[in-house]
Amino acid sequence: MTQYLLTVHGSEEENAKVPEDQWPVMFAAVEAFNEQVRADGVWVFAGGLEGAETATVVDNSGDSPVFTDGPYLETKEHIGGFWIIDVPDLDAALKYAAAGSKACQGKVEVRPFQAEPPAA
Amino acid sequence: MTGFRGSQARTSTTEFAAVEGIFREEYGRLIASLVRRFGDIDIAEEAAGEALVTALEKWPEVGVPPNPGGWLTTTAGNRAIDRLRREKLRDGKHQAAEMIHDDTPHEPTGIITDDRLRLIFTCCHPALAPEARIALTLRLMGGLTVAEIASAFLVQETTMGQRITRAKTKIKGAKIPYRVPSAEDLPERVGAVLAVLLLIFNEGYLSASDGDPVRADLTGEAIRLARILHELLPDDRETTGLLAMLLLTESRRAARVRHGELVPLDEQDRGGWDRALIAEGHALVRECLAANRPGRYQILAAVNAVHTDAPSAADTDWSQVAALYDQLVRLDPSPIVALNRAVAIAELDGPEVALAQVDRLPLSGYHAWHATRADLLRRLGRSAEARQEYDAALACCDNTAERAYLTRKRGELV
Repeated sequence: MTQYLLTVHGSEEENAKVPEDQWPVMFAAVEAFNEQVRADGVWVFAGGLEGAETATVVDNSGDSPVFTDGPYLETKEHIGGFWIIDVPDLDAALKYAAAGSKACQGKVEVRPFQAEPPAA
Repeated sequence: MTGFRGSQARTSTTEFAAVEGIFREEYGRLIASLVRRFGDIDIAEEAAGEALVTALEKWPEVGVPPNPGGWLTTTAGNRAIDRLRREKLRDGKHQAAEMIHDDTPHEPTGIITDDRLRLIFTCCHPALAPEARIALTLRLMGGLTVAEIASAFLVQETTMGQRITRAKTKIKGAKIPYRVPSAEDLPERVGAVLAVLLLIFNEGYLSASDGDPVRADLTGEAIRLARILHELLPDDRETTGLLAMLLLTESRRAARVRHGELVPLDEQDRGGWDRALIAEGHALVRECLAANRPGRYQILAAVNAVHTDAPSAADTDWSQVAALYDQLVRLDPSPIVALNRAVAIAELDGPEVALAQVDRLPLSGYHAWHATRADLLRRLGRSAEARQEYDAALACCDNTAERAYLTRKRGELV
């Protein structure tokens, strides 16, 4: 089994395009998808994130930590939420990503976690 | 392929070519069974390369074994086991390889055949970039070297090498499975494989390179792979359709270029068409017609069958061609299909009707649109406009033979 990170990418602009009366529909769809992921036994963790403007970048690679307000990448599109699932292979992960994308009406990036290094 | 060229010195050129020919023929099957056993493409490729080196050393001395494919599989399997032992890999891969190592003889059918089917779905996985799918398919299924693939697609060998390496890294890291897709996903995934085979064929048939206008090595390889896929999926109608379409297109190859210039269908010497390929293609089209579940490739194969059935261009059943394109438009309402349909309409209802349809299509960046307009305008006696269209077609056409044809036609305008 491999864990995959499924991240939802989108912009404030795109989010703003969704009419307000559609929000409950989307939330319900995402909740139904979450239920399915749990029921299938592949759920590891998931969550929605506050807006990118709430982010802080910390860099302690030098002498002392430097804190910078705002997201690391100055782009319009940011990660809005994510799932971590545990499935046999990429085909399975892509199926969940497709269902998740449909539910939240956004683009989903699929990335595998590194395998655990072999025990010494 | 470590030592591939180095071994040539000890082996005569003919023997080398013979061994290489067998190796090429067996390569897809060999790699596929090694990937299944060792779960790793790099290990499979290295082991296959070492088996080739051993074959080049031994076969000229003791003769080609009765079952060369089985010999290569066993030898490569042993080399892979040796290598894993030598490197003292203590991870699960080694354990797994030890456990599933078996010396049962190589079978030409059954599970080994399934291995190749698995491999082609891995190579043509939708999570890989389209150009990487083409390169991996030619490398792993076709046994072409990286240098050969690079020269076929006009890119640097290092670039092609990186493209293939990146794809293999993704297969491994993201765990792209080595498996025949489930029945519900199969039609779509087969579609992705067929698209790759068609791209390989077209690269050969409509080569954009400065050299040969037709690359028979690539059209031949696409047909070889399509035959394998058809053998593995005999009931998939679109696979049958694609193979038929490729065979019927290939059958006209020799007559399609004369003195470096493209010869259009109606001017081709039909005596130069390959009758064996036509017979094979027609049989496959009849199979598709009997099943009556038409898809894109089956319809295009049927169009090709109408053309190859006509003893002369004047005998072509254009109403049948138009009817087939009507069917295709319903499946795929793209402007390129509409353009091809208009060519048939020109024969049935005249160039004026066809031109009105062609003019509406948003294809001004496509050389075939300009070439078709040029031809229709020429037939209507509108020479000045035709000349402009030949120029526009030449401006966006890369194929040397087609350029030569368009240039001549423009020169003949009065």
